Amino acid sequence: MKNSAQKEFKEDFQLEEPLAPKKTRFQEFWLIFRQNRLAIIGFFIFVLFFLSAIVGLVLTSGQDPLFDPARIRLQEKLLPPLAKPNLDSLAPEDVPAIGFYLMGTDDLGRDVFARMLQGAWVSLTVGFVAVGISVLIGIFLGGIAGYFGQHYMRINHIVLASLFIFGVGLIAVQSPHLGAACLVLGFLLICYQALTKRKPRKKSMPSWTRFLFKNAISVDTLIMRVVDIMLCFPSFFLILTVVALLPASIYNIMIVIGLTSWMGTTRFVRAEFLSLREQDFVAAVRALGVSNYRIIFRHMMPNAIAPVLVSATIGIATAILTEAGLSFLGFGVPPPHATWGNILSDGKRFIFDAPWLTFIPGIVILIVVLSFNLFGEGLRDVMNPKLRERH
Amino acid sequence: METRHTPQNIILKVEDLKKYFPIRRGFFQNIRGWIKAVDGVSFEIERGKTLGLVGESGCGKTTVAWLILKLLKMDEGRIIFRDTEISELSEKEMKPYRQEMQMVFQDPYGSLNPRMTVGQSIEEGLSILGIKSRKKRKEHLKKLLEMVGMSTNSSDRYPHEFSGGQRQRIGIARALSVEPSLVICDEPISALDVSIQAQIINLLKDLQDQLELSYLFISHDLNVIGYLCTTISVMYKGLIVESASAEALFSHPYHPYTISLLSAIPDPESSVKKEVKLPARDFSDTLIPPDGCNYQGRCPMDEPRCGQEDLIFTEVEKDHFVRCWKVPKNNV
Amino acid sequence: MKDNRLISVQDLKVYFRSNATTARAVDGVTFEVDREETVCLVGESGCGKTVTALSILGLVPVPPGDIAGGRILFKGQGLLDLDDNNMQSIRGNHIAMVFQEPLTSLNPVFTIGDQISEAISIHKNIDTGTQRERCVQLLRDVGIAAPEQRLNDYPHQLSGGQRQRVMIAMALACDPELIIADEPTTALDVTVQDQILRLFKYIQKTRAMSILYITHDLGVVTHIADRVYVMYSGVIAEQGFTSQIFNHAKHPYTRGLLASLPSRSKRGKRLYSIPGSVPDPAHKPEGCPFHPRCPHAIPSCWSEYPQMCDYGEGHLARCPVLFEKTKKTIDDK
Repeated sequence: MKNSAQKEFKEDFQLEEPLAPKKTRFQEFWLIFRQNRLAIIGFFIFVLFFLSAIVGLVLTSGQDPLFDPARIRLQEKLLPPLAKPNLDSLAPEDVPAIGFYLMGTDDLGRDVFARMLQGAWVSLTVGFVAVGISVLIGIFLGGIAGYFGQHYMRINHIVLASLFIFGVGLIAVQSPHLGAACLVLGFLLICYQALTKRKPRKKSMPSWTRFLFKNAISVDTLIMRVVDIMLCFPSFFLILTVVALLPASIYNIMIVIGLTSWMGTTRFVRAEFLSLREQDFVAAVRALGVSNYRIIFRHMMPNAIAPVLVSATIGIATAILTEAGLSFLGFGVPPPHATWGNILSDGKRFIFDAPWLTFIPGIVILIVVLSFNLFGEGLRDVMNPKLRERH
Repeated sequence: METRHTPQNIILKVEDLKKYFPIRRGFFQNIRGWIKAVDGVSFEIERGKTLGLVGESGCGKTTVAWLILKLLKMDEGRIIFRDTEISELSEKEMKPYRQEMQMVFQDPYGSLNPRMTVGQSIEEGLSILGIKSRKKRKEHLKKLLEMVGMSTNSSDRYPHEFSGGQRQRIGIARALSVEPSLVICDEPISALDVSIQAQIINLLKDLQDQLELSYLFISHDLNVIGYLCTTISVMYKGLIVESASAEALFSHPYHPYTISLLSAIPDPESSVKKEVKLPARDFSDTLIPPDGCNYQGRCPMDEPRCGQEDLIFTEVEKDHFVRCWKVPKNNV
Repeated sequence: MKDNRLISVQDLKVYFRSNATTARAVDGVTFEVDREETVCLVGESGCGKTVTALSILGLVPVPPGDIAGGRILFKGQGLLDLDDNNMQSIRGNHIAMVFQEPLTSLNPVFTIGDQISEAISIHKNIDTGTQRERCVQLLRDVGIAAPEQRLNDYPHQLSGGQRQRVMIAMALACDPELIIADEPTTALDVTVQDQILRLFKYIQKTRAMSILYITHDLGVVTHIADRVYVMYSGVIAEQGFTSQIFNHAKHPYTRGLLASLPSRSKRGKRLYSIPGSVPDPAHKPEGCPFHPRCPHAIPSCWSEYPQMCDYGEGHLARCPVLFEKTKKTIDDK
């Protein structure tokens, strides 16, 4: 019976077509993203903030800016929002460009709107540069820990690394002789290793050389313990200490915030890499003979980047808050330059007479940080492949 | 049997392959014992033939595949591909041999990179092969896709747009992109729908005829193994317990484990229902096997001597090997 | 005859609605299970067999899911009309379920003794001592060695086969009349699968209960089933006694499936393979759902939804084309 059934069928050869209709990745993202109303609001505020920061930079800088955040009009101090300037007592070049003070004036009669515009650019750059630094460090260290984690650091690696770090460090703190000695020692060690490596096998080596080539600690352990140590410091106070030692400048702040906030990204990337390593498609490209470099950057990184992007979006919000906090405490960007933090800080003395000086920057910080967080969570939904399958 | 064991005919020879995984316990993660995932496995694959490796989950089949491809480092043993021993080669020296051996994976969902189009995934292999020009690559890509029965407009699609069977075809195309001579199929059909399985089996068979491929076919399904394979090795807990040609193994198995496997096959062709017996008792599974035979405890012919006897892989008939001390005696 | 019917599902329709699409997971399924009978529901992934089982127990998540029509009669009582409380007293007590994944369906933080006695205590009012005795008896019934000690084990201490035995013991805890087993052996090894199948048969014989066994594996069906329903894309394609289905299949899908199974006896011959893939429940083809893959399709298959054709003796198939052909050959003779 079965044989006759088999004969009954003639096999017609046809090529398999993909099942789903073609959709670009962007279309798919948008399909999910548009369902999250809060994320869309967040996204629009994000864009608005971005644009106003760039426009603000153009309008508030230069020789003769349209909105001058530094112009002092003592007779016009502490005016409420939307107040009209007293045209009689004001020089014509002091009159604000739009004819009234949109957000009022502060205790020196400076236009708060102009100062907020200038501060927006500071917040934006601090947010993006700091997060950029932290994400780069995070991906680099997390990627190494995740992919090469099971490799061992040998004692000579550690000795070498500490010699060079000490050497550079000593030179930096003005003791060039000691520093140079360390560097030379390190260089000699490299030469010695190169010589011993050529020898056939370990048995002929003296015992201290064998000690030098002993496995000390796995790369993964090393990196993750550094992360743990970094996480032990209350980061805001770490930043405060570093900023107190360094000359106050906006770049130092960006770098310091960046250098103290990479730990989360490192953990994310490491975890992603550990699970990706076990996936069959990575095994498949390894079997094809693709180089490690290409496996990491071409095959694994695009799969690991999604959670990093999400955390980076939220990280920008945190960086903006940290910068505002530093400026509020007076450790941030030095005074003539306006940032949201120091507008807030200046305003707190007049909180009962001129509450808008605290409320306006406060609310703007709140809205921007909130929008970044909402947008970040919307991104998380979009990047989640399980959610995508449903559509 | 037409099989001739001339050395030229053998494409892959594995000798006494071993891989132990440490069991770490306690605060300092001290090594408390070893799981003998693969504990001395040897076999040969002839050119253009299919060797079936059968066993239950956790018996070390997949580990063997990973060891042969050097995706895992082996602890002991030798892997000889054609005439070269590849077990000691460095990553660089290994490169030409990597192209010769490829793998088809079980899970069609995890084996393709979700962020790469099908074309990009397959072209990865073509660039390894050293095809530089764009035009030639596209030609090759087209040829490969047609070979596995996919339409050529699939090349700029992402894996999630395909069904399981189609993804498996794409996985096969990627494996073939470097023109291998040996393909290791690790349960290539067990994750697929019943009506798709036959498509993939036919495809694998056609490709074997067309490209003179040799297969190491790993599966737990004796129906498939019996259909596809020339020789069969039965694996149990890291050891090959019986090895013979397909005909011999199915018609007169010797090892008690093979016998129990064969009697457990759910065979739709025998529509006669088996008798209702009292349910068999469960057996306890320990990580660390006892001395002697590792089938002790489950074996119906269990005897105290099984714990003492050293197990030798004995040739019972021509090309039929069994690892059980009782069998040769019974047979004499 | 009527009294012998335990459960009957009539024209059940379960749809899953999302924003843009409606996936017709179960699209008009009718079947019966009699007392002391083992019935198999066979089909590939996505054919709606699991959803059918879940809707019998009222476990289909209702916001995406939607029972769009049909009736489920359990001993003459409509299950779909019951409220949550009444359904709760049926679930576990009269109808029990065994799931596919024995690892995830047991709670890892409780001992197996706790979990079995919980199943008992929900529906039966017995004191703790009797409960324990009953647990031991149940474990012994499902073939677990040294059940007194095993009561205090946690799920991770058991092997896959043992876990599935414990799941079956839990299902048996309240002496249900019907056990629904959803691919209970798919995650297990062949030898263990064989044991579990024997266990099911043994239980069914000794306890005089009915089993609705859901699987994709045709080999398992021959082992266990009295009657078989073959599902394809949300509908019953063919139904009949096991020997009818396996020896005289009347639906092209069933025939194709049987012809495509690899086995040693087909060595050297080319396997028949059904072309194409299983249709997506959200985008089903018009007319007969199998027509794009069917070698017998005629133009009317593209537009007309096929009716069940009766071959007599309880053997029905949803393919008028083959039905006409067989009739003709009979007439010719």
